[in-house]
Parts: sequence; C-alpha cells; structure tokens
Amino acid sequence: MSTPQSGRGRSRGAAWKRWLPTAGIAAIVLYCLAPFYWMVVTAFRRPSDQFDNFPVPRVWSFESFLAVFEPGTGFGRALLNSLVVAGCTTVLTLVVGVSAAYALARLQFRGKALVLALIIACSMFPGISLVVPLLGLFTELDWINSYQSMIVPSMSFALPLAVWNLTTFFRQMPVELEQAAMIDGCTPAQAFRRVIVPLAAPGVFTTAILTFIMSWNEFIIALSVVNEQDMQTVTVAISKFTGAQGFEQPFGTQMAAGVVVTVPLVVAVLLFQRRIVAGLTAGGVK
Amino acid sequence: MTTGTATRPSGGVRRQDGRERRKRTRAAGTTRLAGILLSPTLLVLGLVVFYPLLSALRQSFFTENDELDAEGFVVEGEKFNGLGHYFDAIAGDGAARFWNAVWNTTMFTTTTVVLEVVLGMAMALVMHRAFRGRALVRAGILVPWAIPTAVSGLLWRWIFAPDGIANVVLGQQVVWSADGPQAQLAVIIAEVWKTAPFVGLLTLAGLQVIPNEVYEAAVVDGAGGWRRFLHITLPLVKPALLVAVLFRVLDALRMFDLPFVLVGQQKQSVETLSMLAWQEATNVRYGAAAAYATIMFLYVALVAFALVKLLGTDVVGEARTQLRSRRVRSREAVVA
Repeated sequence: MSTPQSGRGRSRGAAWKRWLPTAGIAAIVLYCLAPFYWMVVTAFRRPSDQFDNFPVPRVWSFESFLAVFEPGTGFGRALLNSLVVAGCTTVLTLVVGVSAAYALARLQFRGKALVLALIIACSMFPGISLVVPLLGLFTELDWINSYQSMIVPSMSFALPLAVWNLTTFFRQMPVELEQAAMIDGCTPAQAFRRVIVPLAAPGVFTTAILTFIMSWNEFIIALSVVNEQDMQTVTVAISKFTGAQGFEQPFGTQMAAGVVVTVPLVVAVLLFQRRIVAGLTAGGVK
Repeated sequence: MTTGTATRPSGGVRRQDGRERRKRTRAAGTTRLAGILLSPTLLVLGLVVFYPLLSALRQSFFTENDELDAEGFVVEGEKFNGLGHYFDAIAGDGAARFWNAVWNTTMFTTTTVVLEVVLGMAMALVMHRAFRGRALVRAGILVPWAIPTAVSGLLWRWIFAPDGIANVVLGQQVVWSADGPQAQLAVIIAEVWKTAPFVGLLTLAGLQVIPNEVYEAAVVDGAGGWRRFLHITLPLVKPALLVAVLFRVLDALRMFDLPFVLVGQQKQSVETLSMLAWQEATNVRYGAAAAYATIMFLYVALVAFALVKLLGTDVVGEARTQLRSRRVRSREAVVA
C-alpha cells in the first residue's frame, strides 16, 4: 500500500503499473470472447470430432453449417421470421418513439414528468406478467402464430428504451436550430421534419441498432405465442434444435446455428461499437 | 422569455392582453401537439403493458372451467375463484413449488448482481486506466451482451456438457446438467458472463465523469491507491453504479431464457418464478399462471420501490441528470 520511496523501487513499480492495465485488458477480452470462440470452433469441427478439445479444429469442416440449413430443420424460415419481426419492431418503434421523444425533449406541457415515469416504468415489467394475459387475448383475436403477435409485444420492451435514448439525443441539439427554421416560416412540425430529423439521424440510427438487437434476441414472447414451426423465430428455433441427423446431442449443429444467429450481431457490434456504447450509457437502460 | 420586458406606457394594457392571449393559445397548442405526438406511444404501451396487467389481475381471480354439467357437457367459460389461486400458491398444493421458485429467483438475483458488480467494477477500473486497446475492449465487452440469451444458454450447455470443456479444464467429472447445486452454479456463471461486462460499461461511463483534479489533490494529500478508491472513486461512481444495479436487479428477477435453455424446464433447482408462470400458462391454467405473474409483478415493483427508496436521491438524481443535456452534466462535473 505504501508507495516505494527509493528510485529503484519506483521504477520497478512503474514497470509493474505499465503492464498491469495491458494484462487486465487481455484478461477482460479473454473473459468476454473465450466462450464465444469455443462456439465458433465447435461449429467448424467435423461432427465426428465434436468432443475433441484441441483449441483449433484439426480438420476444418462446414458439415455442421450444412446440417443447420438442411430442409426439415426450418432454420432458414426461422431466420426470415426473425428478420421480419425484428425489422418491423425496429421501424415501428422508431416511428412511434421519435415523435414521443421529440415532445418530451422540446415541448413544455403539464404531466411531462408523469409521462416519462410511466414510460420508464414500462421497461421494468417482468415479461411473464404480460405474456400470460396476452396469450389469452391473442388466442381470442386469433393472433396466435402471427407476426403481429410477436411485433406488438416486442414494441413494449423496445419503446421505453427508444424513447429514453431519443429524448437524450434530441435534448443535445440546440433549440436555436428550430427557432431559426420557425423564424424562416416553418411550422413546429415542419421545423421538426426538415431540421431535427436529418440532424438526429445518428441518434436515431444508434437507437435502431439497439432496438434491432433487443428484438432479435427476444425469446419469451416468441416462445409463447407461436406453436407452429413455420412461424418460430431463430431464438426459439435454436432452443428446440435437435439437428437434422437426429443425434443424441447435436452440439456441433447447435453451435453452428448459434454462430449463424450471432455473427451478424457481433459484426454490427464491432462496426458500431462507439455508437452502441454511447446509446447504452445515455439510456442507462438495457 | 417575454416576462422580462417592461410594458410601455402607451397602450400597454391592450398589448399585454394580446400577448397574454397569444401565450395562452400557444401553450394550448403545445399541449395539443404534445398530446398528438405522445399518443401513439401511450397507446402502444397501454395496449401491451397496462391492459395485460389489469387483465392478468382479473384473470388471477378466475379459474378455467373443466367440469361437466348435469347433462355431461363441458361447461365453457370461467368461474370466479376469488383469491383461491393466491392461497394455492402461498399455502396450498402449489406452495412447495412456488416458494422454491421464489427462493431460486431471489438467490439468482442476489448472487449474480453481487458478482456482476464486483467483476464489472474491476473491469471498469482496468479500462479506465488503460490507454491502449480501449476500442478492442469496448468491442469485446459488447459481444456477450449481443449474443441472444437463448444462444448463450446453448453455448454454456455445450461448455458444461459431461465431456465438455469445463470438465476438461477443471479435471473433474461434474454432471452440470443434472438437477442440483451444480446446475445453479452453471446458470450463475453463464449469467454473470453475459452481464458483468455490461455493468462494467455503465460503471466506466460513471468513472469518466470524475475529474482528474480530485485524484491529483488526493495524491498531494498522500492518499494511497486503496484509500483513493474507497474515498473518491467509490462515492463518486456510486450514482452510475446504482443505476446499473437497479436495472440489473430488475432484469435478473425476470430471468427466464437462460435456465430454460441451459438446464431445462421443470428442473427444481433452477425453476424461477417466470418459468413457473410460463409452465402454468402453457398448460392452459391461465388463472394460476396469472396469479403467479401478478405476484411476480408485485415482487418486482416492491424491489424497485425499495431500491429507489433505499438508494434514495442518488438514483433519482442520476435519472434526472441523464435527462438533462450533456452540456449541463459536464458543467456539473466540473463544479463538483
């Protein structure tokens, strides 16, 4: 604890201090990536080498990936379903969320704090207390096995985050811009559409990525409101994955499926990491 | 803005009148615009959050009819059951399973959040000190967060397979997938892996707001590393950390995907309240499921309330600063 006073001690301490953060960084990266690496490596092993524990596949093979997309697994269809559900959720959430966030960031009106609190409170509800009644409701509406039965509830998880994030972004923009536009003869709505929306594009984009990742990863709703294989999303399909060959435990195929589901997200995260971090810390909400 | 302008003596009353009226109509216009802009969001949230909550509450008082009437036909519809489902859960037939789920949920929440905070804090401190490799860490740290929980459940099931890498590394023959404490440990490890980096990220954001001068002053005063951490870093990063804790606790309480995929359904050692409610719902016992879901909701609300009350102004203050513009925030940091 006491700082070394002698010159030699200090220089040794300095060297120690210099490589310690680097070692720490290495440890963190290893901690975060090792399990993911193991998934990728397993996916590239031959099914017969599945239980080989050598850190690199001895023979690289795409057999597991081919097995994932074999007809009968329904995995391609599940990917498409996820794309539709997550895509629609993202677009709808942004359309709805942008206007709400603008109102919360710019307009002065009574009950603003209450509205904000309500929206935040919505992100705290446990999914299951929504799923049970929604399941009953959707059964009556004949919405079971439909896209909307997954999209609409997903919006309830995505909207609070989107509104919260977008509000922060809008507030960071100087009000003078809109005022100038309004002096030039724009109505508030026009000022918003022509000045704010284009300028807020980076914030909207960040929110879009976060929303997409969130709804792509959604599980409990998709698991509950769908019972046909054709309508399953990837997260549900993968949890029920037994592989096409009918092994006892087709881990190779499962890991390959996991890689297919995850790699687009990981690529997006690597590309946009700066923005994602900004979005996550601005919202403070998962 | 207009309040500061003094009224001119010539015809001032009339002009002020007009100004007042215009101000009032503008305020009314703003409120109407706010209403128009907010209504889609409130409509969606009302439809998919508030309606289901009320509906679940109602449903929890009813039971599905599966009796036959005098002529031998199945009676359709529901029957009022009062608090029957709640009594069943707390003290009746379902009590053992219910309390087990409550215990599991609570145990998972406390252990994972404590571990996440300790690990996340350590990660944040390392990242804060490091000058090289920051982008690499920031990208790496997001990977566990980006992997869908269902997929990470599968991934850890593979790692914890009987012939899997975990047993090889440990040199043990633990049957992780069997029902028991080892399954709980597997769930905890997987959950902490996924979320500790996230806590680290939020904590790092808090650390970066602390001005360097504070540390320099402490060094001048002769405070050692540990004391600087205890007396400067910890108190100043506390608001950010508490927000992270609040969201993590609420998230951990509704844990579902991970134990569901990693260990499986109806495993006593890892069944959480969410899983229990889901199980009942899929067995078309909506009344019982709704009762569990309502209890779950009350539990989460109570914990959220207690946390905000207990941690008090810090969390509320942090939430408020997050609402403010970044400009204000950085100015405050300098003042502090």
